Amino acid sequence: MARQATVPLKPRAAPLKPRAAPRAGQVNGAQALVESLRREGVRIIFGVPGGASLPIYDALYDADPLRHILVRHEQVAVHAAVGYARASGRVGVCTATSGPGATNLVTGIADAIMDSVPIVAITGQVPREVIGNDAFQEADVTGITMPITKFNMLVMSASEIPQAVHQAFYLARTGRPGPVLVDIPRDVSQEMCVPEFTDEVTIPGYRPILEGAPNQIAAAVKALAEAERPVICAGGGVIGSNASPELAALVDGTGIPVVLTLMGKGALDELHPRCLGMLGMHGSAYANWAVNGADVLLVVGARLDDRVTGRLEDFAPRARIIHVDIDPAEIGKNKPAHIPIVGDAKRVLAVMAAQARAPQIESWWRQITEWRVRHPFRYHQNDHRISAQYVCDMLNKVTGGRAVAVTDVGQHQMWMAQWYRPRAPRHFITSGGLGVMGFGFPAAMGAKFACPDETVVAVVGDGGFQMTLQDLATAVEHGVSLAIVVLNNGALGMVRQWQSMFYGGRFSASLLRNPDFARVAEAFGARGIRVERPEQVEGALRAALETEGVPCVVDVICDPAENVLPMIPSGQSVAEMILDE
Amino acid sequence: MSEPHSATISVLVRNAPGVLVRVAGLIRRRGVNIHSLSVGPTEDPSTSRMTIVVDTAPERTELFAKQLRKLVEVLRATAIDGTPSVDRELALMKVNVTSGTRMEIMEIASVFRANIVDLTDRTMTIEVTGRTEKVDAILTLLARHGIREMARTGQVTLVRGPQNT
Repeated sequence: MARQATVPLKPRAAPLKPRAAPRAGQVNGAQALVESLRREGVRIIFGVPGGASLPIYDALYDADPLRHILVRHEQVAVHAAVGYARASGRVGVCTATSGPGATNLVTGIADAIMDSVPIVAITGQVPREVIGNDAFQEADVTGITMPITKFNMLVMSASEIPQAVHQAFYLARTGRPGPVLVDIPRDVSQEMCVPEFTDEVTIPGYRPILEGAPNQIAAAVKALAEAERPVICAGGGVIGSNASPELAALVDGTGIPVVLTLMGKGALDELHPRCLGMLGMHGSAYANWAVNGADVLLVVGARLDDRVTGRLEDFAPRARIIHVDIDPAEIGKNKPAHIPIVGDAKRVLAVMAAQARAPQIESWWRQITEWRVRHPFRYHQNDHRISAQYVCDMLNKVTGGRAVAVTDVGQHQMWMAQWYRPRAPRHFITSGGLGVMGFGFPAAMGAKFACPDETVVAVVGDGGFQMTLQDLATAVEHGVSLAIVVLNNGALGMVRQWQSMFYGGRFSASLLRNPDFARVAEAFGARGIRVERPEQVEGALRAALETEGVPCVVDVICDPAENVLPMIPSGQSVAEMILDE
Repeated sequence: MSEPHSATISVLVRNAPGVLVRVAGLIRRRGVNIHSLSVGPTEDPSTSRMTIVVDTAPERTELFAKQLRKLVEVLRATAIDGTPSVDRELALMKVNVTSGTRMEIMEIASVFRANIVDLTDRTMTIEVTGRTEKVDAILTLLARHGIREMARTGQVTLVRGPQNT
């Protein structure tokens, strides 16, 4: 029995009057927008124009040095903005027109909120006087994106644009980062105004807590120092707050083993002797056993989602949990924290590292080492069929973990998470929380635009690649040097794996009849290499990574029956971990 | 997790377009059932107060308030669980009357300090204010006379004493 009352609505601005000759200092809303973006330091915008954003595109026409990258589908624009943001740490920007343009952004915006990625999406909207009338290409985009944005706004007058844009960037990058959408009606973009640019921002209800409470930090330091079997679990928040040096300092000072979430991969150099790699559903057996045996678990910048914990009551059952997060709502959401610390990972870890005392954990390390030796990741590569894991392992060897690896979603993503060992943060980019197929290639393109001097490689499956591969045209047009490795097993592999394990091998709608991806690449003007034999893998990877000026697609025909292991089946615990076929 | 019970959360929000939808949407997508939700202006014209009564397990109430605090336009969200508070709601009930039942209904209204705000030869409209339990109690007594229609405001709440809600 919900009662709804009316919150006073802001009156709509008066309809646009016929324009008089511009006064001094006047610009239109679109020009104010472009100048606002420039003041935020934006260098690249990914987007597709349309009716409601024509004024914005007119302003972008001579907006040098602000560069617009025309993509072939708005979903690519938003994934590219996410890839750009995650590779660089800067706010990614994408734009789309009203209605269908904006709705095509939805998946990528949802990805950005799940993985806490700072992006700003600018959408055109139909003119003010027809909003709510079901006008051509109208959709209630602020309504649609309300649950998947950190904040969104419909700007109802041109003079509000500078403040709205500044707020959007501030909200996107501060606190727990996330996507912000700014919806601008076409006539607002055309309306003349005298813009007032500001560096100030006042948002009364928004005050992120950055410093951890000193007494809580002291309690955490004490718990770690007295622990016999401590483990640190680092998540994407460590990367988001650029806290890797502080994490490394804490680890070096204490010798405590570190496990990483999928989002946390690269938060610590994965060749660091204290690094046990990824935990969770497809994490290493030793990472999961370590967490299971831990007496103190320090969780930093991770939200302990179901793919990490499995059955909650059996996750870290012996551990006192110290939970550090900038978002108070994440602490205790899934697993109660004994020592909660609200704060920015970088600042909290810096204080902890400075105060830390090394615990006595030699026997704990003997145990972990024994687990590590007993159950490393393993695969079988024979002369006939290519193991996708072999390709991931080879990619790790060839790049030394120093390339920015971007994955799509599915089996190949988990194999990359297992075999690719990034040496630095922002070198492993994947759609973690939402699990968006079609993410990998566009995000890799965005990463390459953000970091042109880095080697960037997209590793995708044959299913996911076909969801966004039309944008090879964009990559070719801009001469993007990008290796795209298709681990082609002719299936929606993770679906096939679950059907094989839990549905009696009834492969309902999971097998794919694919085009020849190398020839598809060539048709787009990219380079294409088809790999059918194990001995061709290394050479093809090297050739792709060395290709300059065009993307290079390596279509690797893989063993269709390979499964991702170990695996803790959904909703189960480490005791039920499947280690071998 | 323990059984769901009614919890009151008082939320101070900025007056801005769409705030009600943001709050209501958050409640829905976090899987919480709304008992009542009332909104109105406060002493500060730039803010409104929402009083939300939800069904939630006691240990989830504060987590839920934390989710509300994440909304940019939410200034304060207080879970009023165990804090001494004043809770009120107002109900209007239009009851069937006959010449034979009129006096009895007026008596009931008087016991509950309810006001009779409209009277015809066949109906009486009663205004009652109080805690939800009191409104429910008079409702039970009047029900056998036949309630033609009813409107309730939902609960509004302030914490007792000088402390802010």
